[in-house]
Amino acid sequence: MTEPVLLVTVVATALAFDFTNGFHDTGNAMATSIATRALTPKRAVLLSASLNVVGALLSLAVAATIAKGIVDAGVVTLDVVLGGLIGGIVWNLLTWMWGLPSSSSHALVGGVVGAVLASAGAHGVLWSGLVAKVLIPALFAPIVAILVAAVGTWLVVRSTRDVSEDTNDRVFRWGQIGSASLVSLAHGTNDAQKSMGIILLALIASDPVRYGNSTVPLWVILSCAVAMGLGTYTGGWRVIRTLGKGLVELEPRQGMAAETSSAAVILLSSHFGFPLSTTHVATGSILGSGVGKKGASVRWHIAGRMFIAWLVTVPSAAFVGGACYGLGRVAGPYSVFGLLLVVAAMIVVRSRRKPVNHKNVNDAWEAKGGAEAAIAESLVDHDPSLLVVKRKKRKKKKKKKRKKHDEETEDVNVDVQE
Amino acid sequence: MSGYIEWNALVDVIVISLIVGAGLPALFALGVRALAGTGSRNDAGRIPRIRVTAAFACFAVVFGAIFSAIVLIGSGHH
Repeated sequence: MTEPVLLVTVVATALAFDFTNGFHDTGNAMATSIATRALTPKRAVLLSASLNVVGALLSLAVAATIAKGIVDAGVVTLDVVLGGLIGGIVWNLLTWMWGLPSSSSHALVGGVVGAVLASAGAHGVLWSGLVAKVLIPALFAPIVAILVAAVGTWLVVRSTRDVSEDTNDRVFRWGQIGSASLVSLAHGTNDAQKSMGIILLALIASDPVRYGNSTVPLWVILSCAVAMGLGTYTGGWRVIRTLGKGLVELEPRQGMAAETSSAAVILLSSHFGFPLSTTHVATGSILGSGVGKKGASVRWHIAGRMFIAWLVTVPSAAFVGGACYGLGRVAGPYSVFGLLLVVAAMIVVRSRRKPVNHKNVNDAWEAKGGAEAAIAESLVDHDPSLLVVKRKKRKKKKKKKRKKHDEETEDVNVDVQE
Repeated sequence: MSGYIEWNALVDVIVISLIVGAGLPALFALGVRALAGTGSRNDAGRIPRIRVTAAFACFAVVFGAIFSAIVLIGSGHH
């Protein structure tokens, strides 16, 4: 009993989700390298997009978790997958519009869990899998990233303190090409898998005999890898457009330590099949690199946003996913797809009228935040423009200071020059 | 309930992330220090062979670790 049109709709929606995931998360792999000047934005985009594709082909553990580890594939129908998938996307879009912290990965899991709850009740959800594979690792990974990046940065800064700054910057920028590549690769091994898992779930639902025991078919792997790569590439161009000239600056030593930490945590989690928020790991690493370098405290403001995202996303997305499934039952599955289009259109209209920005929110703590805080904030909010504003402000401040300084020491300078 | 937390995997993630994620940049940094730290050049302005060897050993371990990690993940029986 296959419903080909419905299946195609689900697959297309999953690929679209994959595309937006790449689009949104470009910054995770690129922001650090751009801020340290290790890569020009254009090169960073190309590298990131192509290695995303490679990473997506490397591992399938996370896809297996999504398809078989969280809900009972036996009770899942195509309506459920569609409801859950669209519920997750709608929740993502809403939080984006409201400026709430979120995680697209958790939203996807939440949506599917909610739709299964609505259709089959509590026994359709594999609770131990949900907790052990998703909720706990999602909480745990950013904390590990903070720790690893802090230790790494501390060790690196300590071992190279008697090397001249020029040499350090030059060599570590070079090293960053390696670490940035690893982050992009890791992103592919975790995020692209989520859509593969959803598509596999849809395939199992539509034809349990054929797909019940199979792994992810090759065409699914390839199309998800390409969708994510294209999303990263397109998102990268948005980042480049937003960035313009002035950017926050980060020391390459910190950048490399942060990227290596992200790559290690994400790759290991992928290996164990933990679908986590790569954004939160990248944010944690940046925060940790600040701690390791100068003993700065963790920016609790940003860590708090990640914690709220962890706490709120799964239940809320589950509620929306359940509601979407309910709507599908009452008014037919295509009405759910219609709902998605309506919400998306609404958001496009709204965002044109009143551009979303957090610039005002940041003013209060920006002064003492520094480069790490700016980058972390831009990652966690998927807002590359945050990399720019700070720099301009700081430039102005520097200029003012310099002017003052110049006026005060003018006489001395003249003496010295003569 | 042990079924709700995969302790072994989580401990592995912490320990291996620390060794690899913090250790590799540190090793890279040691290599850089061997080549460019204070005292890395002798009176003739050259880097002694032992420092060059040490540096390249560091870099080789870093590259080797990355390469084998990718192979390991790619070949995982999923």
